This record gives sequence, C-alpha cells and structure tokens, in this order.
Amino acid sequence: MSYVRLVDVTKRFGAVTAVDRLNLSIAKGECFSLLGPSGCGKTTTLRMLAGFEDLDEGEIHVGERLLSSKKSGYYLPPEKRDFGMVFQAFAVWPHLSVYENVAFPLRIRKTPTPELAKRVNDALLHTNLLDMARRSPADLSGGGKQRVALARALAINPDVMLLDEPLSSLDPHLREEMRFEIKDLQRQYGFSIIYVTHDQAEAMALSDRILVMRLGVVQQVDTPLNVYTRPANKFVFSFIGLSNFLDVEGDGVNFVTSRGALPLPVAPPPELGRGRVCLAGRPSEIEFADTGLPGMVARKSFLGESIDYQIQVGEQNVRVQKGRHSRGPEQGENCHLRFTRPFWYPAE
Amino acid sequence: MSARGQRQGSGFGAPQIILTLSIAILVIVVAVPVLLILFNAFWADGVFNIRDVARVLTEPDTYQALLNSVIIACGTTAGSTIIGTFFAWLVTRTDLPWKRFMKGMFLVPFMLPSFIGALAWKMLLSPRAGYINRFFMDTLGLEEPIFNIYSYAGIVAVECMYLFPFVFIQVCGALERMDPTLEESARISGAGLFTITSRITIPLVMPSILSGALLIMLYSMAHFGTVAVLGIENGIFNIPTLIYERIHQSGGSFDSIRTGTVLASVLVVSAAFIIWLQNRILGKGRYQIIAGKSFRPMELKLRGLRMPLLVICIAYIAFTIVLPTTVIFLVGGLKTYGLAFTLENLSLDNYKFILFDHKLTRDAIFNSVTLGLSAALITMFAGVMISYVIVKMKTRGKGILEFLGMLPFSVPGSVIALGVILAWSGKFGINLYNTVWIILVAYIARYMAFSLKANSAALEQVHDSLMEAARACGASMWQTLRDIVLPLVRPGMLAAFFLIFLPSLRELTVSIMLYSPTTRTIGVAIYTLNEDGETVISAALAGVALILIITGQSLINRFTQSSSSSKG
Repeated sequence: MSYVRLVDVTKRFGAVTAVDRLNLSIAKGECFSLLGPSGCGKTTTLRMLAGFEDLDEGEIHVGERLLSSKKSGYYLPPEKRDFGMVFQAFAVWPHLSVYENVAFPLRIRKTPTPELAKRVNDALLHTNLLDMARRSPADLSGGGKQRVALARALAINPDVMLLDEPLSSLDPHLREEMRFEIKDLQRQYGFSIIYVTHDQAEAMALSDRILVMRLGVVQQVDTPLNVYTRPANKFVFSFIGLSNFLDVEGDGVNFVTSRGALPLPVAPPPELGRGRVCLAGRPSEIEFADTGLPGMVARKSFLGESIDYQIQVGEQNVRVQKGRHSRGPEQGENCHLRFTRPFWYPAE
Repeated sequence: MSARGQRQGSGFGAPQIILTLSIAILVIVVAVPVLLILFNAFWADGVFNIRDVARVLTEPDTYQALLNSVIIACGTTAGSTIIGTFFAWLVTRTDLPWKRFMKGMFLVPFMLPSFIGALAWKMLLSPRAGYINRFFMDTLGLEEPIFNIYSYAGIVAVECMYLFPFVFIQVCGALERMDPTLEESARISGAGLFTITSRITIPLVMPSILSGALLIMLYSMAHFGTVAVLGIENGIFNIPTLIYERIHQSGGSFDSIRTGTVLASVLVVSAAFIIWLQNRILGKGRYQIIAGKSFRPMELKLRGLRMPLLVICIAYIAFTIVLPTTVIFLVGGLKTYGLAFTLENLSLDNYKFILFDHKLTRDAIFNSVTLGLSAALITMFAGVMISYVIVKMKTRGKGILEFLGMLPFSVPGSVIALGVILAWSGKFGINLYNTVWIILVAYIARYMAFSLKANSAALEQVHDSLMEAARACGASMWQTLRDIVLPLVRPGMLAAFFLIFLPSLRELTVSIMLYSPTTRTIGVAIYTLNEDGETVISAALAGVALILIITGQSLINRFTQSSSSSKG
C-alpha cells in the first residue's frame, strides 16, 4: 500500500538534471533509504519532498494529499507539510533550551499547554533527554544535539520522517548506536522513514528497501539483500560492498584476460556476446583453487578478522579476502583463482 | 656535530629586544598620552581631587555636552541599527532584485567622510540657504523650511547615513555564514517566514547586531565632524566639539585643558566600558551557527512588496549617497555659493584654483598625502612587530603588551589629540606643538589599532609549524622572520597600509586639534574654509578629497581581488 508517491519527479539546476523522472512509492511505516555518492540527487529528492525545492516536472503525493505538482502549479510550503525532519548539521537552535527546541513545532501549532507539556516530555523521554530539558543544546555533545533534533521532529508525531544524513556528523561508534535508536523510535511511533545517506552499511542496517541513485537516475530499488546479492548493474555492484572488476575479451566461446591474455576458465552468458566483457566478483567470493585463473600474490596483509590478498593477474589486479584462519599462498607465490559467484557486465 | 647550544631564558636576546621595543612604542605613543589625560583630570593642584572633576562635569556647558553626546549617540545607534539590520536582511534573505549591486552601494558610506556628508547636507537643508529648503519655499511658497538640519534630528540623521554600514556589514556576514538548516528546520516544524525571522533568525544574529551597534555607539560618542559642521550653529556641542571649542578659543589655557582632560576621561571610560561589553557579547553570546555543508539559504519571496522595497532601496541610495556627493561637486563648481546650478554658473575654476594656485589648499593636500604615507608606513612596520610578539612569541612580559595592545582600540581620536598635546608640548623636553610632527605622532597612535588588527589576523593564519619547519631546516630566528614570516604576512601588511593611508587622507578629529597655519591637512582645510564662509572653495576641495578616496579604494579593491583570485 503506497503512502508517499513520487510521479515523474524531475529537477534541473541550470543545464544539470539533478533528478531525472523519478517514480517511487513508499509504504506507510516503511524505512526507505536513498543511497548514492554525493551529487547523485538523493538530497535534492528529499528536499523536494520537504518542499524546500520546487519541481521542474512531476507530482508528489502523501496519503490523500497533493504536496507538489508542476502540472497544476500547486505547491504546499514546507511548514504546511507536517513532516518531521532531521538535518546533517543538527540544526538545533542554540538560543533556545532543549525543551523549547522540542516545544517549538507545537507552539507554532498553538497546542494547548497541558497537551504540549505531555508531548514534549514524551519525545524527550524516548530520546533519553529528560534530564537535559533545561540545558542549552550548545552544551550537549554531537549525539546529544542529534537527539534534540530527533525529539523535535517527533514532537508533532509525524507520519513521515525525513532524515538527511543524520548520522554523518557523529563519530563511528555513536553512529551505530543512533542507528538502532532511530529504528526503535520508528517501531514505537510507527512513522515512515525516508533516509538519505551515502553510507551503504547504514542503509543496509536500517532499511526495508534501498534506492540506489547515480547522477539523478535510479539504478535499483530493492531490499538490502537483493541490492547486495542481485545488483542491477555494474554501478550498484561497485557501490555496495567491496568489488573486483576484470576486463576480459573473447570470441564468444573462449575468453582471455585483457592486457596479459590469460585463459579464463569460465565464460560469460551468451547474451553478452563476443569482444570485451567485464567480469566482477566480491573479494570474499573468490577462492584459491588448484586450477583456474593463474595469478601471483603481489601483497598479503593481515587485517585482523581477515586476510587481504592482492593478486596480480596479467596486468590487472584482483582483491581477495579470506578469514584469518584460512590458509592461502604467501606473498610472491603463484596461485589459481576461482570466482564462486561471478557477475558479468558489458565492458565500458 | 658539535653541541653548540644556546642557553635558554637568560640573557638579552632577540626576543627581548623585540618585546622591549614593542612595549616602548606602545607606551610612548599611546599609553603616556592617555595617562597624562587621566593624571591632569584627577590631579588638580598637586593632590588627587575628585571633587574638582565633579565641579567641571556639573558646569552647565559641560553637562550639556555630555548629555548631547549621549543623546546623539543613542539616537544614531538606534537609527543605524534598524537601517543596517533591515538592509542586511533584505540583501541576504529576500528575492530583492539587484541584490549584489545594492550590497555594494550600502557599503559606499563606509569610505565617505561623514563631515563632508554633513557639509553636503548643510548645503541642501540649512534652514535659509539650503537648496532643498529654498526650492520648497521659493517654488512652492512654503513659509517655513521643510527641515532644519541644524538640530538633533539633523545630526542623528546624517550620522546614521554614514555609520549604518557598521551594523550592515556585521549582520550581512552573520546571515551569510549562518547554517540555512537552522531556518529550514523551523520551517519544517511549521513556522511561517515571519515567525522564523522574528523567533529564529533575528535572535541568532543578535550578537552580531549588538556588536555592530556598540561600534556605532563608540564611534558616535566621540565623533567630531558632523556635530562640528551641523551643531555649532545652534549651540549643540558634544564632548569632542566642546573640547575643541574650549582649547581653540582660549589658545590652550590651563582651565580649558583641564576641562578637556575631564571630558576626555569620560570618553576613555565610556569607550573602555563599550569595548568590554562588546567583548563579553562576542565572547559569550556568539552562537556556533556556521554551516558545514551549505545549500543556498532560502529566500523570502517578497511578492507584492518586491517592487515597493526596491524603490525604497533605490530612493535611499539616491537620497543619501548620490545626492550629497553630487551636491559637493556641483557647489564646488559654482562661482558663488547660493547660485542656481545652471551651466553658466558652473565651471572648473575652483578646482583649478585649489589644485594649482591656492597655497593653503595645495599645502593641505601635500601635508595630508605625506602625513598619510609616513603614518601608514611607520604604523605598518610597528604593527607587524607588535602583533608578532603578541600572536607568536612565548616570552615573559607578553601580558603587558597584550594589555597595551588593547589600548589603541579604545581611545577615541579627540582623546589622542589632547593626549599628544599634553605629552609633546615640551613637558618631556621635546616640543612638537605647531609642527607637522605632532600630527604624525597622533596619526600613529590613532591608527595603530588598524595595523594591529590586520597584522595579527594575517599572523594567526601563519601556523607555528611553518616557522618550526624553518628552524628545523637550520634557519635562525631572524632568517625565519625574513624568509618565511614576512613574505606570508605581506598581504596583511599591505592591508594595514591602505587601512591607514586612506582614512588619514580625510582625517579631521585629530588634525583639527593640532594644526597650525602651515600644517593644515585636507580635512582641516575643508572644515576651516567652510567656517570662514569660503563654501565653494571648501566644496571643491571636498570634491578632490572624494576623488582621491574613491580612486584609492577602487585601486585597493582591484588589487585585493586580483591577489586573492591568483591565490585561489
């Protein structure tokens, strides 16, 4: 059941198309991530949803309400959209106390005092801020400030929560902790989350579905598992997780590596045809075998949990990762590689 | 390698020499004059005498001058703050057309000398002779002039026109640097633009507004030019004009000096208080509102108000900047003051006269240029040295220097002038009174603050590790200074040079107290010629001064732009 709907949404900045005919529907209570490198249009999409940017084409609906429509020239200003939103740089107001920061959206809505106090306290309770209510947010740590921003967004009990890289200003261990806190809050309040991030681990951990974007164009919309195991294209494959690419070429039957011409024991699916093709594999899904693609261990490094190999194959490099208990060749030795889960993409 | 180490902490090495020299400069140039003023004020007849100070302050004239300074300063501060904040908000936060142009124009009054503006307004709005008043009375048959510029309202209005950029520039800076998501999060919380402006934006930039307002208060309290030109006619004196009047009239009698020192002490104390207040506000209240990643800040759509506000801005610029400047040049071209601006009445004769034939004005231009150049050079080098000690050196005794370095910021021009009279009139065996040297000493004291500010800002950019790297490569302290530090702070030094040279071309407050018939500066010449009724000559000289200042300023702008772009 789709709740948030984007239809053919397009945004241009001068000659650059930041978002290109985006179609999307997000269910009520879903946690949906927009993932991509910087400049891919994910933040612009979120800002169009929030109402900070106009659309150049398309429509945005939430529930029964039309928020923006280029066709009918309709545009609901951000203050009327009743979203909760958390920004990357916290954006808590340093001249108001924690309590007043959280109370602000309710005061704007002229909420009666008893109701206001109850809701502010409720939001502060859920974000572990009750003790800090009278403090100035300037005295809080980064994590504390972000909790204030979350509490402020929760205060009006919104149906949709927009999160714009909310964790990227925090240090790594706090980031992980806050991730789960956000997830817990969603469970308690039941809002939908639209989450913008460039951090694929964050998107994987939080989301029901992930949208991967590149240069304004949608690459894939799917569950975290499918995005990882069934990447729609080479970009998604390379953006999610670690990746290897090997240029190969052949006549349709026999293939060799480009720049070094080593025989390839596997062949790409026939639809890719002949000529140059790209073979891809995750470092953890390549094994050392007795036969297979020949290579030489150029570098072997111990990373703690795993061992990282750089294998020279012709004039190309392949990265292989194995658990720390596994046994593999030593630096300088020759070896053979087997791709357990090869992916094939057209050459660029 | 032999261990040819230097003993640390003992002896009298280069750091001690620099420190001593820096302290000596600040003591001689700034501290002694100020101390002499306080000493003369509170030390009557060989004893500490506070009752006599009270007597001087309660004399009707002095009391009225104090009151006037406060009234004018408060009025000017309130007016300028409102104008400055409003325009700053308009050019940074709305969709007003031609915002960049407007912003540039609103900064123009910064470089125009306010006493020349006051002269222009006198020509336009003096009750009987002012062109605007005459137009309304002659053409429209009004009985009374529409506005009398010789009034508190007139003085405050003129000061506002020239001082509001202090607030404008501060607030523009704060609004431009502010994290736009602070406002966006209020918007997504449901607040409309009016609520956001009044409850989020204005409170967040309040420290900047207050700090600009205090600067204006400080400047206006001690401001000479506008009140001298517009106030004396109607007997409106403030502290600096009364000091000048007393000393000028009595030829420097003991009693006038005493009144002067007491009034100057009041200025010193209030200036110190204002500076203290400003540091408190900036130190404690400045919020961390600077953005990390920055989107374009949202613009308020003015819609129906867009055109009316544009008209208001253009009218303001035309009325307060273009009109007075034009009037100065036009009057400077008239044969006699009061004639209509028709082609047969206008010529370049006055300009030719002041530039080539009139000894008084030629001397004044020469004096101002040489004084400005020398003061700028000396102050630039002294400023580099002193800032270096304050910012970079870790020597004992630096605390004294830090305190002394604060002094120039809080001592108004008229106080400096009175102080150098006390210090350099033979009391310590050197008598510079009535020579050009006393003006030079006073300029150095007056502009030291500018140099310290520009140079310490430049030095703070030079990270300590750059110097340590030079030392590690084997350079001595002097070599490090010469080859690393000086080349890196050269932009700061140049900035200091121009920050001093240009204002000194139009200086009035200090020069007016110190000039002799042969040592007039441009400012003094314009002022005295106007007092003597030589209005057209005075206006022509003012026009020349404006051309000098504007040319100089545009050269600097071009220079700083090209140097910053070549770096980037």
